[in-house]
Amino acid sequence: MSRIHVTTSVNGDEVDFLCEPDETLLDALRNRLGLTGSKEGCGTGDCGACSVTLDGRLVCSCLVLAAEAEGREIATIEGMAEGEALHPLQKKFIEHAALQCGVCTPGILVATKALLEKNPDPSETEVRYWLAGNLCRCTGYDKIIRAVMDAAAELRRA
Amino acid sequence: MDAPDHAPPVRDGVHVPRRHDSAEKHVAGRAIYADDAPEPPGLLHGAFGLATIAHGRITALDLDPVRAAPGVVAVLSADDVPGENDTGPVARDEVFLAASEAAQSGDVHFHGQPLFLVAAESREAARRAARLAQVSYAEEPAVLSIAQAMEAGSRFGTPYRMARPDAEGRDAPQAIEGAPMRLSGRVEIGGQEHFYLEGQVAMALPGEDGDLHILSSNQHPSECQLIVAHLLGLSAHAVTVEVRRMGGGFGGKETQGNQTAAAAALIAHCTGRPAKLRLDRDDDIVTTGKRHDFVIDWEAGFDATGRIHGICVTQMARCGWSLDLSNAICDRAMFHADNCYYLPAVEIVSHRLRTNTVSNTAFRGFGGPQGMVGIERAMDEIAFALGLDPLAVRRANFYDPPDAGGGRSTTPYHMEVEDCVIAEIVDDLAARTGYEARRGEIRAANASSPVIKRGIALTPVKFGISFTTSFLNQAGALVHIYRDGSVMLNHGGTEMGQGLFIKVAQVAASELGLDLDRVKITATRTDKVPNTSATAASSGSDMNGMAVRDACAKLKARLRGFAARHWKVAEAEVEFLANRVRVGRKTIAWEALIEAAYLARVSLSATGFYATPKIHWDRDAARGRPFYYFAYGAAVTEAAIDTLTGESRILRVDILHDVGRSLNPAVDLGQIEGGFVQGTGWLTSEELWWDDTGRLRTHAPSTYKIPACSDRPRVLNMALWEKGMNRELTIRRSKAVGEPPLMLAISALHALSDAVAAAGDYRRYPGLEAPATPERILAAVERVRDG
Ligand code: FES
Ligand code: FES
Repeated sequence: MSRIHVTTSVNGDEVDFLCEPDETLLDALRNRLGLTGSKEGCGTGDCGACSVTLDGRLVCSCLVLAAEAEGREIATIEGMAEGEALHPLQKKFIEHAALQCGVCTPGILVATKALLEKNPDPSETEVRYWLAGNLCRCTGYDKIIRAVMDAAAELRRA
Repeated sequence: MDAPDHAPPVRDGVHVPRRHDSAEKHVAGRAIYADDAPEPPGLLHGAFGLATIAHGRITALDLDPVRAAPGVVAVLSADDVPGENDTGPVARDEVFLAASEAAQSGDVHFHGQPLFLVAAESREAARRAARLAQVSYAEEPAVLSIAQAMEAGSRFGTPYRMARPDAEGRDAPQAIEGAPMRLSGRVEIGGQEHFYLEGQVAMALPGEDGDLHILSSNQHPSECQLIVAHLLGLSAHAVTVEVRRMGGGFGGKETQGNQTAAAAALIAHCTGRPAKLRLDRDDDIVTTGKRHDFVIDWEAGFDATGRIHGICVTQMARCGWSLDLSNAICDRAMFHADNCYYLPAVEIVSHRLRTNTVSNTAFRGFGGPQGMVGIERAMDEIAFALGLDPLAVRRANFYDPPDAGGGRSTTPYHMEVEDCVIAEIVDDLAARTGYEARRGEIRAANASSPVIKRGIALTPVKFGISFTTSFLNQAGALVHIYRDGSVMLNHGGTEMGQGLFIKVAQVAASELGLDLDRVKITATRTDKVPNTSATAASSGSDMNGMAVRDACAKLKARLRGFAARHWKVAEAEVEFLANRVRVGRKTIAWEALIEAAYLARVSLSATGFYATPKIHWDRDAARGRPFYYFAYGAAVTEAAIDTLTGESRILRVDILHDVGRSLNPAVDLGQIEGGFVQGTGWLTSEELWWDDTGRLRTHAPSTYKIPACSDRPRVLNMALWEKGMNRELTIRRSKAVGEPPLMLAISALHALSDAVAAAGDYRRYPGLEAPATPERILAAVERVRDG
């Protein structure tokens, strides 16, 4: 099979790479661009560990073909902080100890940021259901929800 | 001896709720897991070819189509293993690659067993090629379930028995016979898939002289090292295993990471190229072991208060096709058949059943949870029969509190329970949560709610801490002080998200009197600290913390002696302060002391070692002290069910848990929260389902349901028991916390059972099995209504 040349934007930077026609965006991010913050928890769209946004829309990158990224804008966990300055969501996750092994954390942060951009003032129930597609096996989600609610409040104040 | 707080007040020392050491990296996506490590050029990817029958023999095997597939570099079978073709951790009964191409043969013991191994230029190519093998089998009847194995007598060893007569010398059957009332029952308890979010993965890098360096997601690097060495016919010193962090372990990487590491190692060994194997989620679920499912029969004799006089318990566990850790796991199930209760005359018999299913393995609690579910069911059913609040029956059976001298403190295995604080914790929790009043309110409300029924339950936990295989209770550490005063810390424990590294670093900081940021945490490596035990049995911080403390004590003794000589003061006049040292009347900076010690040729590196004291176990006599101490906790759960659909919801949870003097309250609360929710998943939604051919049908998150964010209890209150203090001289008087909270989730099962009972107006005992899926709840509702 011949490889496909893809030009896209990742976290604001123009990048291009060659990929296989059946290669997932997740594999391209991890293996071709060295962006290993997005994780593969299942490869079938059920765990959310691979969450990124594509033109601002939250997607599971394991279900998107790398070739589909052509001409689009991708945002991954690596682009969430501004240089060394962590995003308020990231800070709140640390502050609330909303993580243990950390494998789910990038996906949950990306998904949460997407939620707060659509809905800056979500109820706790809305947060819970929005994040229902992001599995975490270590925490009990309690501190995650607390961190999200706290971060949302802070972002509204800012 | 231990003086809990002799340490100088350094920044982020012990008892401080310091965040996880990798938290900044986790939120930035910069923490490197085994699959994220930079891939060297020429890396090969592996995939297993799996058996498609549950039991039988291979009669013909054609691997040429696999070899011919695009990108394939090597296809390896049993013929290519230079050493011992086995990855068994305890018994050498776990064939690694089941098929021999040369002999055209191989025995298959479960559906999904690895037969051969493919190495290809890409992961996809390897996985695709692995499916192209032509395999013919002569199938044999498969033993799949506990019932089938009991009937066929398919076991590992003979049934193991633990028994103790009562004070009058009556054995359990006699005491049951002589009791005012008798009851018997059975409870079925499902298994559990670990579903660590990071699947099994390992990368092997060939070095000089055929040496291998392996990055593995593994709770037991030392065992992985030995197994790989055996497999390849190498000495252990030729194999180094490194684990920086795991994306969750929960016991699922105590032995189950070895197969993946062995595969990467074999490919690297045979091809001379670096090799990596990451199991795809479905293969991970199919080919790696799980929590043992159990069936437990019990018969008890008791009095009108519900106090047990005698009890016989029979535990039947599905172990799978190979032994793995099943003996120790089933032993622990027996050690927890009492939970918090004194059983005057007791007999526990354990059947370890050999089946044609994946070999079950360690999972948080290690058999303890299943044992505990058994006795909690008995308590609940006895209370129901007597029309009593189950909590009253539980209380009537508690072990004596410390130093009570009431003669009710001996376990079925003849160990004295010297630290039983459960009555106090339960009283405290019941009072805080208004348990009794709420129970009454719920019952009243149920009467006028025809569809939605609510239930409530308070259950206690007592969990024994130590490996019950006594020799495993040892740990090593290595501490270097560099010339600039910074410290590098290494120990045998592995980090899987539980916060072990930060806790042990806090111990090092406090012991040396340094701020935490002066201490560097490094990856666990077999070339730094050898012969370590698995990070398991909740023992990580207990043992590694002590080993690090030992190393720090040696360094301090050397530094103290040096300072006394150098500045001509008595040793007693040298005192370690926070980041400084007082020598006689002057105070010098830590860095200055270190530089001076270096120039005076004082060794600034030390190893540390710890062996847990007091423990011993005579397995033949079923007698001894397998545990150094016990951890305690209790939970109240309120749940609701929909009697039309069987759906359930946890409404409120209150937990009070004893972690002794917490090394790090933030980390400990995280373990309690996560353990409870994981336990709830096990007992409610996580269902492993094999079909009649022995094929696991729930092998992906689409069908195997771990708790999701939307399942989180509406109200979840967790507290560390303020009075907690380990009576034993553990590191800073803390208690282990990894496993015990999982069993707090038994309260959720009983709350659901209570709700089901309401559907039948509390006339019939629901006998709700675990996991309490909607189907099971609905069936139980129908049972109590028909009754
Ligand atoms: S890896 Fe994409 S959803 Fe799980
Ligand atoms: S922190 Fe481990 S999966 Fe969420």
